[in-house]
Amino acid sequence: MSATTQSPTASDSRTPSTASRLLGDRRLPVAVTALLFLLMYGVGLSRYQNYGFGEPQVFLNLFIDNGYLLVAAAGVTFVILSGGIDLSVGSMIGFTTMFTAWLVERQGLPLLLVIPMALGVGALGGFLMGYVIHNFEIQPFIVTLAGLFLFRGLCLVISKESISIGDSSVSSMAQAQVSLGMGFLSIGAIVSLVVLAVAFYVLHYTRFGRRVYAIGGNEQSAMLMGLPQGGTKIAVYTVSGFCSALAGLLFTLYIQSGDPLHATGMELDAIAAVVIGGTLLTGGSGYVLGTLFGVLVLGLIKSIIQFEGTLSSWWTKIATGVLLCAFILVQRFMTTRKKT
Amino acid sequence: MAEPRPVLEMTGIVKEFPGVRALSDVDFRLFPGEIHALMGENGAGKSTLIKVLTGVYSLDGGTVTLDGEAVRITSPLEAQQAGISTVYQEVNLCPNLSVAENIFIGREPTRMGRIQWKQLRRQAAELVDRLGLDIDVTAPLSSYPLAVQQLVAIVRSLGTGDGTGDGAGGGKGPGTKVLILDEPTSSLDRDEVLQLFALMRRLKEEGVAILFVSHFLDQIYEVCDRMTVLRNGTLVGEHLVRDLDQVGLVQLMLGKAMGQLDELHEHQLHSDAGETLLVADGLGRTGGIAPFDMEIRKGEVIGLAGLLGSGRTELARLLFGADQPDTGKVSIGGKPVSMSAPNDAIDAGVAFCSENRKSEGLVPDLTVRENIILALQAARGWTRPIPVAQRDELVAKYIEALDIRPANPEARVGQLSGGNQQKVLLARWLITRPKLLILDEPTRGIDIGAKAEIQKLVVSLSEDGMSVLYIAAELEEVLRLSHTIGVLRDRRLVAQIANGPEITTSRILETIASGEHQ
Amino acid sequence: MTTSSTTSSRWRALTHHHLFWPVAVLVLLLLVNVPFTPDFFSIKMADGHLYGSLVSIVLFGSPLILVAVGMTLVIATGGIDLSVGAVVAITGALACSYISDRSDQGALSGVLLAMGLGLLAAVVCGLWNGFLVARMGIQPIIATLIIMVAGRGVAQLITDGQIITINSEPYKLIGGGYWLTLPFSIFVVAVVVAVTVVLTRRTALGLLVEAVGGNAEASRLVGIRSRRIKIMVYAFCALCAGIAGLMISSNTSAADGNNAGLWIELDAILAVVIGGISLLGGRFSVGGTVVGALVIQTLTTTIYTIGVPTQTNLVFKAAVVIVVCLLQSPKFRAKVFGARFGAGSGAKVSGKTAAAPADPAAASEATPKMEVS
Repeated sequence: MSATTQSPTASDSRTPSTASRLLGDRRLPVAVTALLFLLMYGVGLSRYQNYGFGEPQVFLNLFIDNGYLLVAAAGVTFVILSGGIDLSVGSMIGFTTMFTAWLVERQGLPLLLVIPMALGVGALGGFLMGYVIHNFEIQPFIVTLAGLFLFRGLCLVISKESISIGDSSVSSMAQAQVSLGMGFLSIGAIVSLVVLAVAFYVLHYTRFGRRVYAIGGNEQSAMLMGLPQGGTKIAVYTVSGFCSALAGLLFTLYIQSGDPLHATGMELDAIAAVVIGGTLLTGGSGYVLGTLFGVLVLGLIKSIIQFEGTLSSWWTKIATGVLLCAFILVQRFMTTRKKT
Repeated sequence: MAEPRPVLEMTGIVKEFPGVRALSDVDFRLFPGEIHALMGENGAGKSTLIKVLTGVYSLDGGTVTLDGEAVRITSPLEAQQAGISTVYQEVNLCPNLSVAENIFIGREPTRMGRIQWKQLRRQAAELVDRLGLDIDVTAPLSSYPLAVQQLVAIVRSLGTGDGTGDGAGGGKGPGTKVLILDEPTSSLDRDEVLQLFALMRRLKEEGVAILFVSHFLDQIYEVCDRMTVLRNGTLVGEHLVRDLDQVGLVQLMLGKAMGQLDELHEHQLHSDAGETLLVADGLGRTGGIAPFDMEIRKGEVIGLAGLLGSGRTELARLLFGADQPDTGKVSIGGKPVSMSAPNDAIDAGVAFCSENRKSEGLVPDLTVRENIILALQAARGWTRPIPVAQRDELVAKYIEALDIRPANPEARVGQLSGGNQQKVLLARWLITRPKLLILDEPTRGIDIGAKAEIQKLVVSLSEDGMSVLYIAAELEEVLRLSHTIGVLRDRRLVAQIANGPEITTSRILETIASGEHQ
Repeated sequence: MTTSSTTSSRWRALTHHHLFWPVAVLVLLLLVNVPFTPDFFSIKMADGHLYGSLVSIVLFGSPLILVAVGMTLVIATGGIDLSVGAVVAITGALACSYISDRSDQGALSGVLLAMGLGLLAAVVCGLWNGFLVARMGIQPIIATLIIMVAGRGVAQLITDGQIITINSEPYKLIGGGYWLTLPFSIFVVAVVVAVTVVLTRRTALGLLVEAVGGNAEASRLVGIRSRRIKIMVYAFCALCAGIAGLMISSNTSAADGNNAGLWIELDAILAVVIGGISLLGGRFSVGGTVVGALVIQTLTTTIYTIGVPTQTNLVFKAAVVIVVCLLQSPKFRAKVFGARFGAGSGAKVSGKTAAAPADPAAASEATPKMEVS
């Protein structure tokens, strides 16, 4: 699998080639992000070695603490690759936490029943948005904005107050640890990695995945090439809705409560992670593996700020913004170079 | 020709758009193993007929039968599944995907739903090889020039339907029965056109019915067997190509006799007495055009001749500052001009009508009036709007002078026909009273009547002392209008020839071919 | 009301006016209030101030109108500005923190300086956005995402994560004061709207903006200095957001880096869309945007007056977004009203693509058929 040119592993991009070809390679942004991650990790190691930064668990915690973001960002990657955008991610996550907490705590339904319900609602929400976007030719930006309002509003309709979850099955699942020898991962982290792998497979080894790229490259062409571009678009938003709901479930596990204001603005984090991961917001170019590195970089910023201790939380936002800016400029530079 | 059963038969086709009947009661048939030209001026209904056939537009009346069975095609996908493949003038492929993927997307070889990449690339390479094309199928499509992308589009359309990518497959299975080539040659150079024709003939032998649309009459006579002529949305006639000569064809298309263009042949080129207007000294741009020297006098028409991609457009764009030169300098009226942006050229009195009317010329949502005053307004800057009375007068004057239809300054320019859009662009620049007017293929894709009008306009502008740099694909057009002919080859300006009675198209062609002028 | 015109041709001309649908929605929303609040349209005089639901709709809607007006120009150039919410927060934070550091918070000079400082910061943000979009050629949605993400962090940095409260009478005037019996902010809005209209329609700026938004490359080749225009428009948009930021912080006499102007960018974009302006750029109308912003504010007010729990505000807003967008979608109208409007709907499809948010595929698909006519 890794022998094919389609597998966007970082090491592949370093295979000897002419400089211009390397610069034009679509995998380069992913490599840059991976390199940045390693660099930041190295800086963290040298600065906070005495505070236990070097523990493998610190690295694994990146997955535990950001698993939900990874899942959401994987869904957003589909949407952005298809040339669309999904602003409803944060609201969908918040709604799922409320919906789950409400069903489990207030209605007393078993978790095993609630999970498919929540996922179904998320997928349905995404499907409806995709349906409107495709059938009525309304811009995704506006439709998912309506989704953002709708799901955040539905949170508040369920309850204005936070609902904490005391259900034993939830807490046992939340605390379950999967040992890896050098450390452990939570169920959420495992699920997020599985989602990543599935997303990778779907995008690169199924016709649906390639259609997503084709539509992002040129939607009009995709239609004239006879690709079912409508169905693909709807499916992409359904995938994103499903991933958001799954991310919401992981977030519920992680935080063990439902709150109408959970995950406010998470769509920005997800989009930032995708962009930092080297996916072009115009669609058609990028890799879900890049999204992984994007999420890891964002997570590492948070960790480093925590280790630093003296820095306030808003520095996370500023650092994310600065990083976003740097990556956007680098991407811009590379795409101009490619043209000449 | 023993007339077998037509593979495709369209009868009584009607298609209406709000306020216009694009096709009324049109019959069209296509036989297996023939190359069939669909002829007509702009607005005749060629594109509409093709879009109805391929399911892009829905049918308002009439029937379509394919292989003797009535079919109702409602989407491009259905058309493909029925064995009707189309290659449009614009390359409708995905530039971000590899060549191989573009050929196979939508019908990639899969096993248990998993795309077999190695098989896909191998088949694509085989297909490309078989057609004698030298293309690396793993490279992204965007790394190839437009002409190659066009060939890839054709390769793709051949593989349609049979899943294995084994070409048209001799009629077994739902392979391509009908191949529609909608102006595929407009962006190909001669070699590529020959390559395409070889391919078309080969497919014809395999029994594929090819519907070919091209503005180049010579190409029609070179490769087609039969033609159907449309005019104003109605069928004019169906003829064997060998039964109808070019004059007859043009008369059918126009619905009137020739002669409009002949007047121009008598145009006397006046003497080259004008003073020097523009001097380009070693102007060049890497990847665009090699450094060249050029001098343009007042009232002079310079025609640029050369194959597509020979650097004609690139040269023009440098003189306008649309692209920035890496080397050389330009002076206009004795003053140096930096040419770092179009503004510099415009300020110095240069105007440029791009060959791409839609993408680089018009603002389709704005009205005819707004489009016409745009250049003048841009030159004045946003703080100094043109007074309303003066504006309306100017616009009315140019709508009348150029006979823009509809003569309504409030009409959205996007709704005008190609010829009228071109005139709007001309009006936009004429209103600024430029010293040098650069026209890049102003007659491309517009009907013959409008063509003649534009050529006459160039002559009269030149007589009024305006210099014109004229680019056209047809050598006759260049020869007819120019005082001086600049010949380009492989992105170099190889010769500048003073026009005269002894200069003929064949001499220009020789210069293009040999790269030097005797 | 508008139904007085009886002849069908006048009716058709009216329904085809670009402001018809936005105004119809606004009037409908206003009328919904009457059964719940019979004196909804009455305006009373008390303490020399005018009070009434209509006044408060404009008053509370002021910041949104300001931001939306700036956003209109940005969207008309084919761009979008996601950073306005963050700019609102930064401006308020900067002005308030400057005033709170003064010994005399009521001093006019100090307040003016604070406001100047805040607006300067806003314009700098706008110039940065404009620089990224026009000079670096970055897509607007991405370019402005940077300040959207980082800006709130900066605002919190300025206020040190606190909510800064101030006590300054002159500063209070902009967002909470009265002048000539009306809220002062209404005058601010009126001036900004008037300046915008004059700036765009009395000069050629409007035409050039529409040209740049309608076809960027053609505009470049026609000699429009689109970079300057874009930078100017982003700076103007940020300036409007800055004024809104002053207004919001003045109204509450506090700067909240975290929540000031939260989601106002989305409301503003929504207002522009309700106003009938395509997100793809091109044609724009400041009047449409003002109506759009008023629709959003009226919706909020209506939810209060009809006694629906306020937390459902967002659900209603979502419903309005969906309804307005569906009504503007040519495809939706063709599908739902197709039978009723008959042949007219087809003409509307082609005529209205400029005003309705249609995707590029639809636009380019429509082009070839234009050539026939």
